[in-house]
Order: sequence, then structure tokens, then C-alpha cells
Amino acid sequence: MIAIVDYGIGNLRSAEKALQHVGADATLTDDPRVIASAAAVVVPGVGHFGACMEALRSSGLEASVRAAAASGRPMLGICVGMQMLFDGSDEAPETPGLGLVAGRVRRLPADEKLPQIAWNTVDVAARSELFAGVAEPWVYFVHSYVCDPADPDVVTGWSTYGRRYAAAIEQSNVWATQFHPEKSSHVGLALLRNFARKAA
Amino acid sequence: MSAVRIIPCLDVDAGRVVKGVRFVEIRDAGDPVELAARYDTEGADELVFLDITASSDQRDTMLHVVERVAEQVFIPFTVGGGIRSVDDARRMLRAGADKVSFNTAAVNDPDLVARASAEFGDQCVVVAIDARRRDADDASMGWEVVTHGGRTATGLDAIEWAAEVVRLGAGELLVTSMDRDGTKAGYDLELLRAIEAATTVPVIASGGVGTLEHLVAGVTEGGAHAVLAASIFHFGQHTVAEDKAHLAAAGVRVRPA
Repeated sequence: MIAIVDYGIGNLRSAEKALQHVGADATLTDDPRVIASAAAVVVPGVGHFGACMEALRSSGLEASVRAAAASGRPMLGICVGMQMLFDGSDEAPETPGLGLVAGRVRRLPADEKLPQIAWNTVDVAARSELFAGVAEPWVYFVHSYVCDPADPDVVTGWSTYGRRYAAAIEQSNVWATQFHPEKSSHVGLALLRNFARKAA
Repeated sequence: MSAVRIIPCLDVDAGRVVKGVRFVEIRDAGDPVELAARYDTEGADELVFLDITASSDQRDTMLHVVERVAEQVFIPFTVGGGIRSVDDARRMLRAGADKVSFNTAAVNDPDLVARASAEFGDQCVVVAIDARRRDADDASMGWEVVTHGGRTATGLDAIEWAAEVVRLGAGELLVTSMDRDGTKAGYDLELLRAIEAATTVPVIASGGVGTLEHLVAGVTEGGAHAVLAASIFHFGQHTVAEDKAHLAAAGVRVRPA
């Protein structure tokens, strides 16, 4: 079973529906016991970094996410769910992130329209398991901030919007995407299938 | 590099897709979920559902449509029409919509844009602006914001209003020319350019598309980041894939269908 962490932010149903669509046993849950027993964990997130981090902390589920990452079970952060894995964000400098991936979240340059609300291509690293079998990696982004990992080797997909940025990371069991696989049509479903297979 | 989005717009009345009196291919009217899935398969980048239901007791019908679309269609979609409060927006987002679009409600209560943006993030908040030229032949006279399908003039200058709602927290603007809507004469490119230049967020062009050349002009001359159209898709005149091939041939970057 794949647990999607429900900490009360935004539209979390779409990740659940998309995983179910590819045949995964996915459950949206705010129950720490369910997250602890899940084979894999998805950390979604939309909106403001600070608001998401505070909601995760006040929901009491921060420990569950940390435990899942430490356990070696597959984890997937999506959008702000990716950003929360980092040390902190310029969007909410006073709010620490989870610090599971070293690095910081920064605002995209203002010479492009922000947010980036667009489909964009990803330059995929050969070692990527997430993108395995995907020939034309067009995915859907909605964001104004991007993650700058301290170690660029964790990045398995790069995109460009005003600057080059990390579209996807795979750091051992912790995977994350700045884009929304659950909204990226057949490509996104293929990625979720790859994640679900990892969790099986 | 990102791509220009092609956005079919579906007018929904009492749970069914409808479009105008000139509707010729009735099989396309049908079920919003079936139509949404077809557009996804054809390569649509996003969808807009406009709830044109007049009576508020039909709102739950729209909510049910949104839930069904969210279960089966995995591209982003916006819901507009009759969303008057943060609570209305929250219901649509919880049901599975990715974004909500405010139009009349934002004119009546501009702070609603700020409240919705603070609650859900600017990426969830689209403001739809219906604009009409003060002088049909002279763009230098500017555009006025209108509501209720053009029946109500607001006195607001469309360009100033666009900048104001972005300041309040709109993450995207859906700009419709009421002079062109339904005419198939093409977008009002001067309106698009003026709003694009005055704001920092993506602009969706709407109103007046009759040919594929109009879509190209919306991007290359109007500076739009996304092009929205209804009738050219619903009438079976063109598929989304044909659109994209045409835009690509004109040098516009699109996601391949």
C-alpha cells in the first residue's frame, strides 16, 4: 500500500486518483500508523512553502515522514512536497524544511512570467529509475521556486525556465519532482507506475 | 523551455457540455468527462470548465462533474463560473479542480482574490477579465471591464484591473475580448499585448478564435502564454493535434500531441 500523506493542504486527491489509475493500492491518510506500515509514501504539496511546512508540523505527521525516509522505503515528494525535503526556502526564510536533502529552495528569476504554469521538457539522467521507459518527458509545472541541491548528483532531471533547475531528484530511496506527475497525462502516469513498481 | 498551452474550454450547464446555437455536431455536446478524456488523448494541455448554470441549486451538479473529471482525467483543469467565495473555491479544489477562476465576484469584492491566494496559493487563482473596447476602432481609447456576458459595464479600466488583481495575488489571467467573442474574427491582439506588458503572470488568450492562424497570432503577436478556444474544437472543425501541428509549423513551441 502507498500512503499519501494528508496534512490538510490543497488538492491531494489527484495524486491518489492517478496512483489508483495505474493500479497501485494508494490511500490518502493522516494516520501515522497507516504511514508507518505503508510500503511507500508520497508527500504532496501545493501553495506556500511556509504554510505547507507549518501544516505538516501541526498535523503531527513530520515524524512519520522522517521515519519513512529513514526506513529506506520508497518516498516521492511532489512540487512543494519536493521543496519541503530541503533545508529551507527563500519563500519562508524563518521556516526550516525537513533537511532530508541538502540544499535550499530559491525563487526563479523574474525575467520570466511567474509562476511558471506550463508543460516543459526534462533532460533526464541515464541512471533515472523514475523516468525509465519514458521517451518524450513532457511534464506539467506550476511553481515560482526551485530546489538547489548541494550535491547536483542527486538530480536526475533538469529543466529550464529563466534558468536551469532541478525538475527531479533521486537520492537513494527519496525521489521527488518539481512538476506534477499526477497532472502530466500519460507521461506522468508512466512515472507513477515506475514509482509504484518500486514500492511493490 | 516551456511550451504554449492549448486549452479547450467547456461550457457546462446542468452537468452537460453546451455551446451556442450554431452547434452542429450534437455528439460533441455530451458528457463533460468523456469530452475531457478525449481532449486529453488528443493532447490538450489543460482544460477550463465554465459553469454557466443560472440557478444556484445546480452547483452540486458541477461539483459532481469536477469529481468525475478528477477521477479520470490527468491533466490540469480550472473551474470557473459562479465561484463567489473562498468556501466555493475550496469546495471545487477539494473536489479535484487544480485552479478556480474568479470573474464577477472579483469585481464585486477584489479582496476575494487576496483571500483565495493567501489560502490556496497564487497558482490556484485565475482571474477572468472580460474586456470591451471603449472605441471599437481605436485601441488607444482603452478597454473597459464588463461582467454578465457584456451586459454590465463596471467602469474599470481593463489594463489597470489586470495589474491590480495580479498585485492582489492572481497567478494567471484569462483575458476575453467581448468585442471578438463568438465572432470568429480572431483575438483582440492589442488587448492581449497591453495586458501582457502590464503584468508579471501568464496570460491566457480567449475570445474570437475562428482559425488556426488566430491561435498562432495570439502567441506570436499577442504574447499569450496559453490559448483558449471552444467552438473550433467542439464543432469538430479542428482537433487539438491539428492545432498543435499548425502552431509548431509556425515556430511556436508546443507539447507534441
